[in-house]
Amino acid sequence: MDVLAFLIPVSLGLGALGLGAFFWTMKSRQYEDPDGDAARILRTDYDDQPKS
Amino acid sequence: MSATEYPGAAACPGCLIAPTIARRAVEDAAADGQEIQLSLPTIHCAGCISTVENGLLNLAGVQDVRVNLTRKRATVRAAQGIEVEQIVAAVAALGYEAQPLDSATLSAGESDRAARDLAMRLGVAGFAMMNVMLLSVAVWSGATDATRDLFHWLSAAIALPTIAFSARPFFSNAFAALRVGRLNMDVPISLAVLLASGMSLFETAVHGEHAYFDAALSLTFFLLAGRYLDQRMRSVARSAAAELAAMEAPIALRLTDNGAETVRLAEVAVGDTLLVQPGAKVPVDGKVATGTSEMNRAFLTGETDPVVVGPGDEVRAGEVNLTGALHMTVTAVGADTLLHALADLVSVAEEAKSRYNSLADRAARIYAPAVHLLALAAFVLWLWVTGGDVRFALNIGVAVLIITCPCALGLAVPAVSTVASGKLFRAGILVKHSSALERLAEVDEVVFDKTGTLTLGTPKLTNADAVDDQTLAVAVALAQNSGHPRSKAILAAASGRALPQVALTDVTEHPGFGVEARWNGSVVRLGRGEWLGVDDGGTAIRIGADQAVLLQFVDSQRQGAQTLIDSLKARGLPVSLLSGDTETAVGTLAANLGITDWTAGMFPQDKIDILQAKARAGRKVLMVGDGLNDLGALSVAHVSIAPASAIEATRVGADMVLVSPDLSKIDTAIGLARSARRRILENFAVAAIYNAIAVPLAFIGLATPLAAAIAMSSSSIVVSLNALRTR
Repeated sequence: MDVLAFLIPVSLGLGALGLGAFFWTMKSRQYEDPDGDAARILRTDYDDQPKS
Repeated sequence: MSATEYPGAAACPGCLIAPTIARRAVEDAAADGQEIQLSLPTIHCAGCISTVENGLLNLAGVQDVRVNLTRKRATVRAAQGIEVEQIVAAVAALGYEAQPLDSATLSAGESDRAARDLAMRLGVAGFAMMNVMLLSVAVWSGATDATRDLFHWLSAAIALPTIAFSARPFFSNAFAALRVGRLNMDVPISLAVLLASGMSLFETAVHGEHAYFDAALSLTFFLLAGRYLDQRMRSVARSAAAELAAMEAPIALRLTDNGAETVRLAEVAVGDTLLVQPGAKVPVDGKVATGTSEMNRAFLTGETDPVVVGPGDEVRAGEVNLTGALHMTVTAVGADTLLHALADLVSVAEEAKSRYNSLADRAARIYAPAVHLLALAAFVLWLWVTGGDVRFALNIGVAVLIITCPCALGLAVPAVSTVASGKLFRAGILVKHSSALERLAEVDEVVFDKTGTLTLGTPKLTNADAVDDQTLAVAVALAQNSGHPRSKAILAAASGRALPQVALTDVTEHPGFGVEARWNGSVVRLGRGEWLGVDDGGTAIRIGADQAVLLQFVDSQRQGAQTLIDSLKARGLPVSLLSGDTETAVGTLAANLGITDWTAGMFPQDKIDILQAKARAGRKVLMVGDGLNDLGALSVAHVSIAPASAIEATRVGADMVLVSPDLSKIDTAIGLARSARRRILENFAVAAIYNAIAVPLAFIGLATPLAAAIAMSSSSIVVSLNALRTR
């Protein structure tokens, strides 16, 4: 069971990574225009005016 | 995106001083270019975004464009001196409809922040719940001794900070309720979460077998999900309502020595002289200084026929100027206006409505004490049975508290309301008040206003066939020179007929009377009956010295009015019509629509009296109306709906706003509200059945953490799935 000493920190670290990513999406207001973002990614033209 | 849409910390107590702050923000932004908000109701695809953004960027002076497809809005940064009209015209040239929004009215700030806050707590609770669940699976599958202790400690390390952060809304609500000596749903929730984590920590410390960290976390997660849905649903409706308000910018044209200037309403003072152009709304209460015109007072009185005003006559905010330009002297602003006096009426009604007992409130009132008593009973019983084993008895007590905790109950109402409001939103109805849907489901009688509600308030010529071609041709030629709604009706009625060409000379408009011109050497006039020597108050046309020909008009019906009345009757709901208009106008419409119960010539107070009498008789009335004269009645009614064309005060006072032009959506709304109510009751039944099975098990000590986790998740899922059946 010594492997737990590695696995537990690794799994918690991965979880924390996900949580960090979630915080980042909230902070950078990525839930503001879900429909628009879904549509924008399918456009053929280059987005010269990315959201700041 | 920008400083204007999301004002910083300063806007937090913004509800009170929002207009000032928002205006300052607008002025700040104006220093280095301005920000313009547009509503784009017709955009729907990726191509639309590109077209609008690239198209507007090509316009000189436009610095930045960002389209928000979810809200169907665009934010445009443009240099000083670019007029909103130019941008609207540019969007129209690209093939999309655009409507300027007043960014001062649109301060999304507060509710937006609350939703983000809840989403953050929900995300953290979800993350922690999943991790603790994984650790718990190991314990449930038989981890023992040191491994179990390690996993319990890890769970505690994740769960305790999460609970401190995520469950804070429940703690603060529960504390607020307890401080005034009341019990709400948050009290048992907080108690369960706190006791469960406290006891689990103790069990962990003494190498115990059962820890309820996962239960405490999933409880928090599911209940937060309910809160979040609730908050989102309300903020969607609120932002849509704010958008309606933002379409009418609160501005006025003030006359100064240098001509007319556009000012914000807040800057208008008593004694100022304002210019009201034909087709514009009167911005504040005042007296006519110079000029004659006809006013459409349908909003105030329900009359379809315009009223003539001249110097010295009073005009009220909300009236629409039809024919001539007016100069008016302001006599009242802000709190002194008639509109504001009516707003007080609305706030009284709001208070009455907040006392409405929603199903969730009633359930909570039975549930909260029952949960506490059950848990306490379990604790005392086991204390007595085991002869004083506090640890064992507390374990059972906490298990009962967790099992009975209103997890499904917390989701039962928000899940259904979210589904129903979303469906209504797509049908074109905004649910503004939180309990409006429930009240709509209880409706057993419907009362309508006429002008602007069942009718559009725009006239239609009815006797065009009885007028000979020559006369009608002259009428059309005259009508082309006037912006009066009846002139437009004449043009519309004549558009299908082949008429001889008529050339008029010396056309003059006499505001308040009609249009006059010369044709073939004789004077032709189109206008008020009295002006043409006819006693009838209607509209007539006269050629030379001939007998004047009367033109008859009716108010055109709103789309779907007939369908709505028929389907309401099919539902067995009595329908009645209360109007401030004349006996003939109301009678004709009532006969057309098949409404037998109608009253004409009603004053606002009469409408209120009738609705109050109905309420005393135990009737639950749905009132549909749009005018200021309906505002009182809308606030006394059990539930109220106003069309989006109504003036702002009425939209604010009503529980729901009908954005769709189709009146028959009201019937859809009643159907949906009833379906939603059924689903909510079913969800309560699910929760009750679940408790009936789980509580006895917990009571006799069979509820392990595994059983609690399964029961809690499954009942929440069943309730959410049931909510999706709302249609």
